[in-house]
Amino acid sequence: MGGEMTPKTPSSMSYTVEQLVAVNPYNPDILPDLENYVNEQVSSQTYSLDANLCLLRLYQFEPDRMSTQIVACILIKALMAMPAPDFSLCLFLIPERVQMEDQFKTLIVLSHYLETARFRQFWDEAAKNRQIVEVVPGFEQAIQEYAIHVLSLTYQKIPRTILAEAINIEGLALDKFIEHQVATSGWHLEKGLDKSQLIVLPCNEFNHPELKKNTADSIPLEHITRIFPILS
Amino acid sequence: MASNYEFEDTQQLDSAGYDPNFVPDSVKSFVVHLYRHIREKNVYEIHQMYETSFQTLSERLFKDTPWPSVDAVAQYVDNDHVFCLLYREMWFRHLYARLSPTLKQRIDSWDNYCSLFQVVLHGVVNMQLPNQWLWDMVDEFVYQFQSFCQYRAKMKSKTEAEIALLKQFDQAWNVYGVLNFLQALVEKSTIIQILEQEKEGLEQFTANDGYDYTGGSNVLKVLGYFSMVGLLRVHCLLGDYHTGLKCIQPIDISQQGVFTIVIGSHIATIYHYGFANLMLRRYVEAIREFNKILLYIYKTKQYHQKSPQYEQILKKNEQMYALLAVSLSLCPQLKLVEETVNSQLREKYGEKMLRMQRYDDEAFALYDELFSYACPKFITPSAPTYEEPLVNYNQDAYRLQLKLFLYEVKQQQLLSGVRTFLKVYSTISVGKLATYMEVDEPTLRTILMSYKHKTHAVDSEGKVVSNADIDFSIDDDMIQVVESKPTKRYGDYFLRQIVKLEGLMTDMDRIKLEA
Repeated sequence: MGGEMTPKTPSSMSYTVEQLVAVNPYNPDILPDLENYVNEQVSSQTYSLDANLCLLRLYQFEPDRMSTQIVACILIKALMAMPAPDFSLCLFLIPERVQMEDQFKTLIVLSHYLETARFRQFWDEAAKNRQIVEVVPGFEQAIQEYAIHVLSLTYQKIPRTILAEAINIEGLALDKFIEHQVATSGWHLEKGLDKSQLIVLPCNEFNHPELKKNTADSIPLEHITRIFPILS
Repeated sequence: MASNYEFEDTQQLDSAGYDPNFVPDSVKSFVVHLYRHIREKNVYEIHQMYETSFQTLSERLFKDTPWPSVDAVAQYVDNDHVFCLLYREMWFRHLYARLSPTLKQRIDSWDNYCSLFQVVLHGVVNMQLPNQWLWDMVDEFVYQFQSFCQYRAKMKSKTEAEIALLKQFDQAWNVYGVLNFLQALVEKSTIIQILEQEKEGLEQFTANDGYDYTGGSNVLKVLGYFSMVGLLRVHCLLGDYHTGLKCIQPIDISQQGVFTIVIGSHIATIYHYGFANLMLRRYVEAIREFNKILLYIYKTKQYHQKSPQYEQILKKNEQMYALLAVSLSLCPQLKLVEETVNSQLREKYGEKMLRMQRYDDEAFALYDELFSYACPKFITPSAPTYEEPLVNYNQDAYRLQLKLFLYEVKQQQLLSGVRTFLKVYSTISVGKLATYMEVDEPTLRTILMSYKHKTHAVDSEGKVVSNADIDFSIDDDMIQVVESKPTKRYGDYFLRQIVKLEGLMTDMDRIKLEA
């Protein structure tokens, strides 16, 4: 979220709306633009938490103007942004009586399963509510990415069955998926003790916590500037 | 602060013998001197009069009546427009603190802030005011907004006259107005750019404690600076923690700054910053900052005993201990807490924290209790619908935040159990740990993954950071446990000592010269 606003031609709409939000964070007039922007995020598979929070904020100020259909899209997009806590951030701004509606209750349950890493239950529940989540393209894939994120925090080597359950892919499709990951993301395959397949996930500081670097002791330059007058 | 909002419509003050037009000599002298010091830009004297004389006079003459009206004192200060706005600002602040404002007074106070901020924003103010006063303005502005929202939400007890007034003056304390004033002060003051340039050595804002020694005014700049804290607070009151933290980003919380000069602003900044981080599950960040400020308050509170803010300081101190207790219960990283703070914490919450670890119904009740005690006074910013039957909605915002917070606590209830086991093993198989925890293997795997997810927060730059002191990884069926070692921050320590030593040597040189 840097402040580098390279003055390009405002060709894409995203640029314009982001800028609108930056300049008018508290202006009710941009509400329709923000609603359109949610729809655009859905169709173009992009995401802007800041713009969506800004819209929820305007809804919070003027509940009469709230569109529950837009709110649902924002929440699904926020689920897709996991592991970031965006879903909670959005819920904090949505009145309780709105959260009582069925579609939102379902989304809250889905979020609960993802937060507690119960992927089996998640996929079952999602399958029962296709009409809600399939509105947003890329939903499945985004959740699979989150599942893989949690798996690679947790596992060095993961049994194939566990992976299959977490990302809800089986059989040949899973073979293809793994093949792709081997080619692009540094996955390896191993045979387990009982001939079952083991997937070796790339090493990171989270699944090898002992590797964690002590970056905490680095000092930002601006802190050092405090002693410049002394050094000179 | 004033809590009794029920008697709003009658001016009971008049019956107490309050004559708004009577100006005692001491008040006359007070405004004359204050006015002169302001004109002469004598910040030291202004500060004395503002902090001490105003309090003394309030205590002696206006314990339970307002100060004389602005119209009555205007003649002693050349009818100076800006001075009168400042006087009224203090007049209302005193009224809010000691009496219950009527709806009309709330609206008038809003009007006064509008006029005052507009004057400042148009750049016609050339005064130099103490940081304390400027902070109090922003602080009070946000407080009165919050107070108004709470008051308005209690619809049941409203009279018809009050409802008519609310409808007529629907712009008073309107949330857009409040946010846009704060935002305008930030932008007009160009404070964000100033802080940026200071990093490159092109500005001297922090180094001069926000004052302007080149003949200019500090008012807009410092109001803009404190407005960033004001925005953080308003967003927290609205439950918008992400945006709140974004507003405060230009200020480096981990370092001293103008916000640390005024104790009230220091506390308000860290309290809201810590709370927002707690709600965003960035527990380590919350713990670190709560620890620092609690230690600071512990060491310095004796100097504030006579300050009008003393009670407020103590209250926020207690609330932050409660928030620290909550953060540490969710993220047991005691290493981050300094010894003095830790012993205070044990004394206040030691026993409760033990029970919170159990994650049974009683534990949830404790999370509820501590959160409710220590959370900001959440508000519903929208106007009421005025539809019959009128209902109170002043608790709605608080209930929602509490509910969602407890939801999070429940999602973490199994994690403390797994942590206890991980602490005593260096390696253990998934099957064995499942037996110990009395769950089946697939369930244990979800608990372990959930542990990882919940202990790995996403920071403000979108980076994943570990908050876990006990960490692990799974190799097929074997869990390998790693306990993280505390990282000592030597660099920062040395930096501080260097600056301190340099100061000492300068002092000693000076003494030598005088001798």
